[in-house]
Amino acid sequence: MFKLRYFSVLILIVAGAIGFFVWNGQSTQGRFAFKLGLDLSGGSHLEYAADTSNTPASQINDSLSALQMVIERRVNAFGVGEPVVQVERGGVVGTGDYRLIVELPGVTDVNKAVAMIGQTPTLEFKLVTLGMESKLTDEQGSLNPAAFQDTGLTGKYLSSSQLQFGNGSAGALASQPVVQVNFNSQGAQMFSDITTKNVGRELAIFLDGKLLSAPVIQTAITNGSAIISGKFTATEAKDLATNLNLGALPVPITLASTQTIGAALGTEAVHAGVLAAIIGFLILSAFMILWYRLPGLVAVAALLLYVVLMLALFVLIPVVLTAAGLAGFILSVGLAVDANILIAERMKEELAEGKNATIAIRDGFARAWAAIRDSNIAHIIAAVILFWIGTSVIKGFALVFGLGVIVSLLSAITVSRTFLLALGVNVEKTLGRFLMRSGFNR
Amino acid sequence: MNIFAKYYKQILILPAALSLAALAALLVWGLKPGMDLAGGSLLQVSYPSGASTVQAVQAALQPLSLGEVRVQATGENGYIIRMRDISVTEKAAVETALGTLGEVQEQQYSSIGPTIGGEILRKGYLAIALVVLCIILFIAFAFRHVSEPVSSWKYGVIAVVTLVHDILVPAGIFAALGHFAGAEVDSLFIVALLTILGVSINDTIVVFDRIRENLRKNAEKRERMMFAELVGTSIRQTLARSINTSLTVIIMLLALYFVGPAATHYFALTLLVGMVAGTYSSMLLAAPLLVLWEKRVAARRR
Repeated sequence: MFKLRYFSVLILIVAGAIGFFVWNGQSTQGRFAFKLGLDLSGGSHLEYAADTSNTPASQINDSLSALQMVIERRVNAFGVGEPVVQVERGGVVGTGDYRLIVELPGVTDVNKAVAMIGQTPTLEFKLVTLGMESKLTDEQGSLNPAAFQDTGLTGKYLSSSQLQFGNGSAGALASQPVVQVNFNSQGAQMFSDITTKNVGRELAIFLDGKLLSAPVIQTAITNGSAIISGKFTATEAKDLATNLNLGALPVPITLASTQTIGAALGTEAVHAGVLAAIIGFLILSAFMILWYRLPGLVAVAALLLYVVLMLALFVLIPVVLTAAGLAGFILSVGLAVDANILIAERMKEELAEGKNATIAIRDGFARAWAAIRDSNIAHIIAAVILFWIGTSVIKGFALVFGLGVIVSLLSAITVSRTFLLALGVNVEKTLGRFLMRSGFNR
Repeated sequence: MNIFAKYYKQILILPAALSLAALAALLVWGLKPGMDLAGGSLLQVSYPSGASTVQAVQAALQPLSLGEVRVQATGENGYIIRMRDISVTEKAAVETALGTLGEVQEQQYSSIGPTIGGEILRKGYLAIALVVLCIILFIAFAFRHVSEPVSSWKYGVIAVVTLVHDILVPAGIFAALGHFAGAEVDSLFIVALLTILGVSINDTIVVFDRIRENLRKNAEKRERMMFAELVGTSIRQTLARSINTSLTVIIMLLALYFVGPAATHYFALTLLVGMVAGTYSSMLLAAPLLVLWEKRVAARRR
C-alpha cells in the first residue's frame, strides 16, 4: 500500500513536470513549440507531377533527388521559413507517377510561389537524326519527335553559366547576347564524346521543351563549355544564365494541385479546435465523475495524464498538427476513457460478488483486459491502414489517432490501477461502497 | 426467457429498415464528390468593407467562362466560390474580376487536378476493403477458441455485416445531406468511415467477449442455457458499458461538431452518426444475427 501511494505521487509529479515542460515550450517559441500544419498556420501547398517518361529507369531516383535539391535551392532563395520539399510516388499502392510536393508556410500569394518554382528551366541537348535536318518541325510548326535523338546530356550536368556577347569573328553571333554554359566533369566528358563522334551533324538545344537552336557541330569540343544562342535580348540572356545557375530541372514538372490558406482562417480553426477540446473534456469529466464516482475521478486523472503525454509527444516527435489531426486528438480523448469504463463496470460486478476492494480492483482489471486489448487492436488496425494508404491530410489524422491508442492503453490501465489501489477504499463502510458504485445506485 | 430471446427476430427489423433506407438514399441521390476527390477549385474571399452579394459575385465571374461557378456566402461578407480546376492565369483573371466589387481579401484557395482526386478515391476504397478484411481476420483469430455452438469465423462475418451497416447509415445520411443541403464528400469523409470501422467494432467486441465468457462459464458449470438466452443475458450485462463507452466519444464529437473548426464540421457529423449506429447495431444487429445463425445450424443438425 505504502509503495503504491509513493508511486502514485511520483506519477503525479512527473505528469506535472511534463505539463510544465510543454507549457514552457510554447512561451519561448523555441524547439518545443507545437508544429502547426499549413491549414492551421496559413501557407501554400503545391503539388507537381514529375514527368519521368524520358528518364532511364536506372536514373530516375538520382534525377528526382536532383530535382528536389534544385527546388529546395529555389525555395530557399525566396526566403521562406521552414519550407518542405519532398518527392512522393502517386498511384493507389505507390507505383504511379512521381510527385513533387512543396509546402511554403506563410506564403499565401500562390501566383508568386508558382512563378518562383516554375521559372526554373529544363535544358536538353538532342542530336538531329541524319537526313531530317530540314524536317525539324511538321507543317503545323510543331516539333517532329522522330527528328531528334536523346543524348542524355541535360542541364543536370551544368556547373555554371554566364551571359556573354558573341565576338565579331563568330559571324552570325557577332555582338549578340548569348549564354555560355560550362559542364561539370561528367557533362564535359559526354559533350566531348557527342561532339567528337558527330562532327557535321546538328545538335539541337531545347529549353523547357522548346527548340532554341540546332547549330552544326564544327569540331569536337573537349573543353566542356558550349554557347547557347537564340535571338535573346541582353536581359533574357542574363535571366536564363541566372536560372541555369540556380539549377536546371533534371525532370520536367507541371503543377497538379494548389492549396493556400490565409493565416486568419488558420488561427480561427486553432481557436475553435482548442475550445472544442476543452469543452468536450470538461463535459466528459463531469459525466465520468457523476456516473462512476471514485473510479470516474481516477479515470479523469488518468485522462489528464493522457492529454499531457500526448501533447508532450506532439512537440517531441514532432507531430505536425492539422485540423484533421486536431479532430483525431479530440476523438481519441473520448476513446481513451473507454478502457476506464470497461474496468469500472467490471469492478462493480466483482464487488457485487462480495469481494473486497483490492481484490475487486485486481480482478476487474484482469477480466476487462481481453475486451480492452481486442478493441484497441481494432483501432490500431484502422490507424495503420489509414497511415499507410493516406495522403498527407489522412496521415496527420492517423498518426495522432494511432499514438492516442497506444498512450491511452498506458494511461488507462497502469495508471488508473495504481491510483485506485493506492486510494485503498474500504467497501465495508457506507461511503466506500457509495464511491465504488455507479449510475443511479446508492 | 428474457426479452431478447423472445423478440430477437423482430429486433432485426430496425437495423434492416435503416440499412435499406440508407441504401436507397445512396442509390437515388448518390454521394456528391467534393473538390479534393473529383478535382476542381475552391476560392474563399471576404470583402472587409461589406456591400457585396452572391449574385454580384456570380455576375462578376460570368464573363470568364469558367463553366459552372457556385457561390456560397460564409461568415460576415465572406464567399466560397467553387469552380472547375483553373490555371494560374485564370486565377489571376478571377482575382481581378472580384476586385471590381470592392477591396477583396483572399482567405483560402485550392485547386486540385482530376488525377490526384481520383487517386484519393481509389485509395479510399482499397483502405476500406483492407480494414474490413483485417478486422474479420482479427475477430476470427481473437475468438478462435470459441467453437460451440457458433464457430469463430462466424463471429467475424457477423462483425463485418454489422460494420457494413455502421458505415451504410452515415453514408446514407450524407447522400440525403448532399441532396437537400448540398453537402459534398471529401477525403475526410473517407477517413471518417474508416475510423467508424475501427471504433464502432468496440461495442460488438464487448458483447461478443461477454458471450465468449458466458459460454465458458456455462461449460464449467455444465449448464445448458439456450444460446438465445445466453446472448440476451450478455447484452443486458454489457448494456451500460456499451452505451457509456460510446457516450464518451459522442460527447467529444458533439463538442467538435458545435464549436470545432469549420474544416472538420461534416467529419464530426459523419463520425457521430456512425458512432450511434455502431452502438445500437452491436445489440440489435450483431447479437440477433448470431442467434439466428445458431438456430439455422441447430435446425439442420436435427
